[in-house]
Amino acid sequence: MALWRFLRSLYNRPSSAFGTTVVLLFLLLALLGPLITPFSATEQIFQDARQPPSLAHWFGTDRLGRDVFSRVVIGARDIFTLAGLGTVIAVAVGTLIGLLSSYLGGLLEEITFRFFDSLLAMPALLLALLLLGTVGPSRNSVLLVIAIAYTPIVARVVRSVVLGTKTKDYIAAARMQGERLPFILFREIFPSVLPALAVEAALRFSYAIFLIASLGFLGVGVQPPRPDWGLMVNEARNYVALTPWSLYFPAAAISLLVVAMNLMADGLKRVLQVGETL
Amino acid sequence: MTAVLELKGLEVAYRQGRHLLPAVRDIDLQVEPGQTYGLVGESGSGKSTLALAVMNTLPTNGLVTAGVIQVSGTDIYELDAARLRTLWRENLKLVPQNPLPSLNPSHTVGRQLAEALGFQRVSSTSTPRVHQLLARVRLGDVERVAGSYPHQLSGGMQQRVMIAMALAGTPKLLVLDEPTTNLDVTTEAAILDLVRELVREQGTAVLYVSHSLGVVSQLCDRVAVLYAGELMEDAPVGKLYHSPLHPYTRGLLDSIPQVGLDKTRASLRPIPGQIPSAALLPNGCIFAERCPIAIDICFTDRPHLEAIPAGRRVRCHRWREIAGGAVTARQQQPAPPQSPVSRERPAVLELKKLHKHFEVRRSLPEALTGVARRYVRALDGIDLTVQRGRTLGLVGESGSGKSTLSKTVIGLVAASRGEVILLDIPLARNLAERDRATLRHLQMVFQSSEEALNPYRSVGQTLRRPFQRLQGLGRAQADARVADLLRAVKLDPSYAGRRPSQLSGGERQRVAIARAFAAQPDLLLFDESVSGLDVSVQAAILNLLSDLQAQYLTAYLFISHDLSVVSYLADDIAVIYLGLLMELGPTASVLEPPYHPYTEALLTAVPPVDPFAERPVLRLQGEVPSAVDIPSGCRFHTRCTRVLGDICRTQEPPWQDDGRGHRIYCHIPLEELTALQTHLFGRRTIRDEDEDADTSRGIAND
Repeated sequence: MALWRFLRSLYNRPSSAFGTTVVLLFLLLALLGPLITPFSATEQIFQDARQPPSLAHWFGTDRLGRDVFSRVVIGARDIFTLAGLGTVIAVAVGTLIGLLSSYLGGLLEEITFRFFDSLLAMPALLLALLLLGTVGPSRNSVLLVIAIAYTPIVARVVRSVVLGTKTKDYIAAARMQGERLPFILFREIFPSVLPALAVEAALRFSYAIFLIASLGFLGVGVQPPRPDWGLMVNEARNYVALTPWSLYFPAAAISLLVVAMNLMADGLKRVLQVGETL
Repeated sequence: MTAVLELKGLEVAYRQGRHLLPAVRDIDLQVEPGQTYGLVGESGSGKSTLALAVMNTLPTNGLVTAGVIQVSGTDIYELDAARLRTLWRENLKLVPQNPLPSLNPSHTVGRQLAEALGFQRVSSTSTPRVHQLLARVRLGDVERVAGSYPHQLSGGMQQRVMIAMALAGTPKLLVLDEPTTNLDVTTEAAILDLVRELVREQGTAVLYVSHSLGVVSQLCDRVAVLYAGELMEDAPVGKLYHSPLHPYTRGLLDSIPQVGLDKTRASLRPIPGQIPSAALLPNGCIFAERCPIAIDICFTDRPHLEAIPAGRRVRCHRWREIAGGAVTARQQQPAPPQSPVSRERPAVLELKKLHKHFEVRRSLPEALTGVARRYVRALDGIDLTVQRGRTLGLVGESGSGKSTLSKTVIGLVAASRGEVILLDIPLARNLAERDRATLRHLQMVFQSSEEALNPYRSVGQTLRRPFQRLQGLGRAQADARVADLLRAVKLDPSYAGRRPSQLSGGERQRVAIARAFAAQPDLLLFDESVSGLDVSVQAAILNLLSDLQAQYLTAYLFISHDLSVVSYLADDIAVIYLGLLMELGPTASVLEPPYHPYTEALLTAVPPVDPFAERPVLRLQGEVPSAVDIPSGCRFHTRCTRVLGDICRTQEPPWQDDGRGHRIYCHIPLEELTALQTHLFGRRTIRDEDEDADTSRGIAND
């Protein structure tokens, strides 16, 4: 019921309604995945290579004869899993560190956040390249990269709320009742962090999609033959004159999902009235 | 002569979504030249809306939906932008509650005043005019003030600057919107003196908006009482106070605590219930729900504002009966709680030489060049005892160290030196080091009802925790006790399911009190806990506190800047100045001579509710000195009106004891103080019992 009301309020404004619809549609595609794809994402059918979009191949085929629609749909699965998991890890770790160090304050807070600042001084992509250079490209490395790149950002958002909350009288009252640290952190403070965290998580997710695609494009992320969107764009760009559709569709998928995700995050911000607490 | 301000059938509403919520309805009002008109109301009465409407500065979702506002005969909503600006610049001025947002932080006060005077820039011609203006609002050292930025001035000085700015033209109407609400009582008294003098000198008409009947009674010729957006009563000040006709006015007057009236002599009479919201106005009289003498017609017909003899107006079906003395809107006086405590009791809390010094941060060059460490001496050696079942009231101006004291006692701030002893056991300095048994004995009720409760936890969730943590009860048992606890603070047990956002300010404060009482502590600290509440609600909370104390024998340490509240509730009073006590004793003795000169100044600054009360005028000079450079000798000598001589500047005064527990920290011998000082509070108060008879006589004489 609460979820229903929540969704309805997201649909109050055209931009966030559009964003939410697109994100939910992509999510549906990813969930259904193999059930709706007419072909395998990796199977190469040579006689069908370089087909323009048609009824049989909605998005056409690439130069190796793979069905672009199937690859985009299966790629959505990959990207949702990777970006989703990476975001979840970053949010969980960032929240924990953010809550604990900024509530306790002092030297711990100082050291943690100076370290985070130094991480944030580097562009996320550079940091990612550096990390992937050391651990080697793989799906797990991509996950690690997202977690490391976004944990400091989440922690900072959490901190900004905690700093405003921890001086409130009800926290002092809780301490005077002998409440233990976990109770104060998770029961007294965490609920006020939640709205800002939800918005940040949505934003992080969209940036994670972007980062994964960028890494795939640079060839250091998800490895062939997995149908990663960024990888597909990279592979197709040399043949843009021959099979432009194999470039356009994955590229469009990336931009559409990232834009939609951002619009939804904006809507979340409005519905949850973040900003007032930040 | 045309009225300076005339409101005719005014209605102001706020747009909320697709609805228009009327905040102010059916207001007719006239302010004559030279008149000081008071507009009194509790929060939600629409008084600020009215002030904004008069200025034509309503927020974008507010609009005048009916009626006219005329300033000197001109409808201000007919003016174009340029004419309106001219009006604001010359004839219509506002002094807001909070001066700082109205002053530009990046320009000096002098420059802003020069602009207000119409100068394009600061020049040799503008400067003398600016200085003259500052001198008129009694700011000494005008050159320094003119060269200061707003944040460098104290709140009282900022408010004087705002008044100076308002006087830059020769305004016909000055709207003052709660200009003293955020100020100390001593500063407030000085500002009120200033307004009174300026009105006399200049003959400006003033619309003075306030929640405080005391302030309005001291300043205004005429007072209008506003309730839920309607005028309830409008009368010359003396008549309003001595023979109020509307039950609401009567209720307001009866719920104000007054210095000299304490809980053993009378309970306060709160007005039950809550102000109705603008969205759900009843059909009948808007006050009927809360009115003690409402009859059938009150619930069905809305009364009109009737003009009655002696220039009064009242909106009540039964005013004739009230005026004739046939009925009284005065509530049954609740029996004063049986104060079980008259003699000395064992100490619950003892403070011994308690110090708290905060180090002032030095810059790196300062630290390297060996500039000495400096300290804010917030508490500078406090000795204090709170006895079982008694209330100790602690009063002082802001910056006196009151709040640091409460924080040090509960351990949110660690003491620098000295001891906090609870039930004969010295307490750890930090809250984290105190065990649960200690925590159980010592609880606190905070100032802000907004922040006291976690908005994300229901009342039940909040209240069951102290049972679980401090009394070791299981969840089910704790939940069962919550209902009893809610009943004890006079709330329905169904409140357990509510969120703080669904409660009114008074209800939230009740829940906060319930939480503090849950573990049945021996000592409860109150830090300005009733200051943010409306008087009618505050009265109910004060009654509740004295009932609970009589029942549980809890000791209270009650910290407040409001002397009338403290003197009502406290058995003993301690007066604190710059981190040190000045006077200590039983309430009755503190309220009569000999007074410490500081206490005397504080007491004379409290505006008495009775407009004709004679009070000697004794005003403190200047501001509280910085706690970094505490004056030598007696630390009060820089502002004292009774300085003896060099001894005050060089030697710390002795503690003089009258032998009955009343102690004064002063060089002047007690006998001499007694001889110098007059009795500030007579036995007779406005609430004496023969006063209902006066009501009818007052009308008859008219």
